[in-house]
Amino acid sequence: MKISIIPYSAFVIPFLIGVVIMAVTCIIKYIRWIRMFDAAQRDVIRHNWFSWKTIPALWEMFREGLLHFRIIRKNAVLGIMHQAFALGWALLIVVGAIQSKNAIACMNQEQSITQLNTLIEQNGWYSFDKDKNIILNKRITYDEAGNKVHLHYYRPFYAAIFYNYFIHKEPASFRKAQAYADLMDGLLLYVFLGLTLALAKRLWSKSVGVRRKASHNLVDRVTKLSLWMIFPLRLISESITSSLYGNGGFLTKYLGSFLSPDIFQYFELVSWLSYSVVLAIFFISMPFTRYMHIFTELLLIWFRKIGMKESTRPTGYTRFELNACSRCGVCIEGCPIDKELDNHRIQAVYLIRGLRAHRREAKMKIIADNCLMCDRCVNDCPVGIDISSIRRMTRSKGSLDTIGNYSYIGTPRPFNAIGRIAYFGGCMSHLTPGITQAMQKIFEAADQKYWYMDRDRSICCGRPLRQQGFLNQADDLMCKNTEMIERSGAMMLVTSCPICYRSFKEEYNLKIPVMHHTEYIDLLLRQGKLNLKRDKRTVSYHDPCELGRGCGIYEQPRNVLNSVTTVRKIKEQKEESICCGFNLGNAVISIEEQTKIRDAAVRSLTAKPVDAIVTACPMCKKSFQHATDRYPVQDIAEVVAANLIKQDE
Amino acid sequence: MKKVAIIGAGPAGIEAASVLARAGVPVTVFEKSSDSLSNLRDKSFLFPNFQPSPELVDEFSGKLQADNITVRHGSCITELKWKGTSWELVCNGSQNLVFDAVLIATGYRTFDASRKEELGYGIYKGVITSLEMEQMIKSGSIPNANGDIPQRIAFLQCVGSRDEKSGNNYCSKVCCVTAVKQAIEVRKILPKTELTIFYMDLRMWGQGFEEMYRTAQEKYGIDFIRGRISEAASTFDGRIQIKTEDTLLGLPMKASVDLLVLMVGMEASDGTRTVGRSCDICGEYGFIRTLNPHLYDNETDRPGLFAAGSCKRPMSINDSVNDGRSAATVIREYLDQLSEN
Repeated sequence: MKISIIPYSAFVIPFLIGVVIMAVTCIIKYIRWIRMFDAAQRDVIRHNWFSWKTIPALWEMFREGLLHFRIIRKNAVLGIMHQAFALGWALLIVVGAIQSKNAIACMNQEQSITQLNTLIEQNGWYSFDKDKNIILNKRITYDEAGNKVHLHYYRPFYAAIFYNYFIHKEPASFRKAQAYADLMDGLLLYVFLGLTLALAKRLWSKSVGVRRKASHNLVDRVTKLSLWMIFPLRLISESITSSLYGNGGFLTKYLGSFLSPDIFQYFELVSWLSYSVVLAIFFISMPFTRYMHIFTELLLIWFRKIGMKESTRPTGYTRFELNACSRCGVCIEGCPIDKELDNHRIQAVYLIRGLRAHRREAKMKIIADNCLMCDRCVNDCPVGIDISSIRRMTRSKGSLDTIGNYSYIGTPRPFNAIGRIAYFGGCMSHLTPGITQAMQKIFEAADQKYWYMDRDRSICCGRPLRQQGFLNQADDLMCKNTEMIERSGAMMLVTSCPICYRSFKEEYNLKIPVMHHTEYIDLLLRQGKLNLKRDKRTVSYHDPCELGRGCGIYEQPRNVLNSVTTVRKIKEQKEESICCGFNLGNAVISIEEQTKIRDAAVRSLTAKPVDAIVTACPMCKKSFQHATDRYPVQDIAEVVAANLIKQDE
Repeated sequence: MKKVAIIGAGPAGIEAASVLARAGVPVTVFEKSSDSLSNLRDKSFLFPNFQPSPELVDEFSGKLQADNITVRHGSCITELKWKGTSWELVCNGSQNLVFDAVLIATGYRTFDASRKEELGYGIYKGVITSLEMEQMIKSGSIPNANGDIPQRIAFLQCVGSRDEKSGNNYCSKVCCVTAVKQAIEVRKILPKTELTIFYMDLRMWGQGFEEMYRTAQEKYGIDFIRGRISEAASTFDGRIQIKTEDTLLGLPMKASVDLLVLMVGMEASDGTRTVGRSCDICGEYGFIRTLNPHLYDNETDRPGLFAAGSCKRPMSINDSVNDGRSAATVIREYLDQLSEN
């Protein structure tokens, strides 16, 4: 005779309902979003789903979804909090699954009738005869015919979650039972570490090194409470069960030893039921709160790593991005609008939350408009959400975006520049003629044939418009510039303005290489085409947003400067560089407010004594020039041009 | 006898010193440079009566020759300390001198035009400041960058004034009329040159200013265009190409000029800033903060410490002189009170 046995108790029902609702909701949502992908994004899926990009994608999913390396690098304590929750919980599930699998496999092997009877009597397991389709649930010794029965233990997935309840005494053949129980307790302690840090962050965020934490709405807070209660309830339930039956690991056993079985036998079921209910509350609310990030961020990392990008309008990918935000608040930490202007209502976390909840459009535009687009938060975001693109498509000017505004420009004059370098100063460099003059000197000193394409008539690269949400108008300008560059036959484009540089590099589809002048001068130096003398100054270098965080050009400017002067390292450099405040991204803050941000940048640049501030962006240069007459402010090109050794000397 | 220190030997300081000295108060005037009236000496002719500035310099210098006045050139006051009833002045970082009352008359400096790089000062030869133009007028020759007679000269108002970006939101008050005055002087030297003044709005507040503005247009043929020059660039022949918008016509325009004269505004001088910081009476933009703009405009919120002239705000010469005189009266009253107590 064959008897099947399954662990079951009524308290698992809330948990099961929770899991089903969560799974169904998530799947429906994901399918809807995937259907919202645009053609380019679909292409990415089609071509790159399984490619060499899979391995880095998987690694990043593991690294950022569970280990949270990026947060740890920003703030170790905060990172460990996130890691403890994510990795700790994931391991509890994985190790718990292995533990229950081993235990039940051993039980199946042992075929012990005594074990079976204990399970049925004490632990609420159900035995049933599959052939006759009846529940037996009685002491079994031998069947009517006197044959030995064959036992088959099922292992439903919740066996791992409620392991201590269903298995009071592990089968004797499960040798590592105690080790597993101790490991599980250890993992629970690890989660408790996260929980403690989370509590500390809640009560006094500075204790975990968070200057300002994100504020959450009521639903988020209730869900967070349910999340926080899961683990203590698990520990309490396990301890009560341990007080009754002596099972569990070092922690539960220890706590159980304090509890009197006479009293706590009445609380055992209640406690396990609350554990199950709290899990259910968390799972059911999860798809509708920030905890949706748990699975979504993994998918987002996957999509991003196989090459998917934001489009100019909201797509399915945008939905994935919005839902991948855990509202960890890392984007608030570095934001100059928060730090210097004390405005903590417009950061990425709030924009994303509002957009996700389909908040009123006018309100979203106000949030989207007030940003320098310095990309600090894009750089800091642990899951790499492209916040600036999302902002651009939300900005208020978008509705004023009309086609054909620049028809008056007409067809650009053709110019024959075959084999030459096209030099595009950019509108901003025209306001800092020191830079364009220096570049011309450098071209001549290196004996490079160049065409100063916007010397007299210049068309804007379009990016300032794009930053404000005028996407069509930006495209108009882009077409004109592209035509002019392509018809000239120039072999390379060099620009002095990081804004133009990023535009030409990312937004234009030019067939010739594009270089910022820092890259270009670095190239000339490596080719030995420039002879420079050293000057004795010590300077600090400011990384412009668009050049550094935007395009990742950090080393070339430093190489160039190091060959001329001494560069002093400053605290907020490279990825952490503070925006000069006069970035074209923000059209709503006042000059006084811009000035405050700029002053913060200047303070950072001059924290240690320097002889000059050097930057590589006309915008930053202008900004700093107005800030201080104590320090000369120069562009790299000017520093290089001033130190050229002329051939005939 | 109560002693008074005056920091700064400009129109306001000298006038105050002279009034006090005539009333029998011993006065020490501290001047950081080797010569007094350095800002005035930079000027050629003075508005509104086109009086040559050397005349005024001579008159002011004469006033300093009084018995009760000691002038200490090359004396830079770096610190002021309140000693309960009197002020201790730290001169040149070491010498400590005690006075019963101190008048701050540290004046202004002109805006450093190279901070507005888009206008090309210090980069293109043809871009000069109003100060350099004064020198040219004084010398009687106004060459362009190549040393030839300029065909066209543009004056640009409000460089470093009424300009949020450079941090100077205030009006410097004297540049409007100075540009008109300079244009008339240039016309006298160069009868055929085209002269244009680019302005935001012309503030002809003083006596005779409005008439000067009218004469400049009617008699001297000077053009006025409302619009700010956004950027300057050099052309191949060394001229300056300017981009602007005629905001009355609503049209953008480009023009080539031989000389672009930047009418630089007034800022608190370095001395004003040092003294202001030292006594904690630094107001907006580094100027000295007075007690009340109506009735107590020479008093500061520190006892025995007074201010006069363009260290408080941009001021014309005649206003500075009047302010120095009024400060002298206020100081005498203060000294009398001290003696009574």
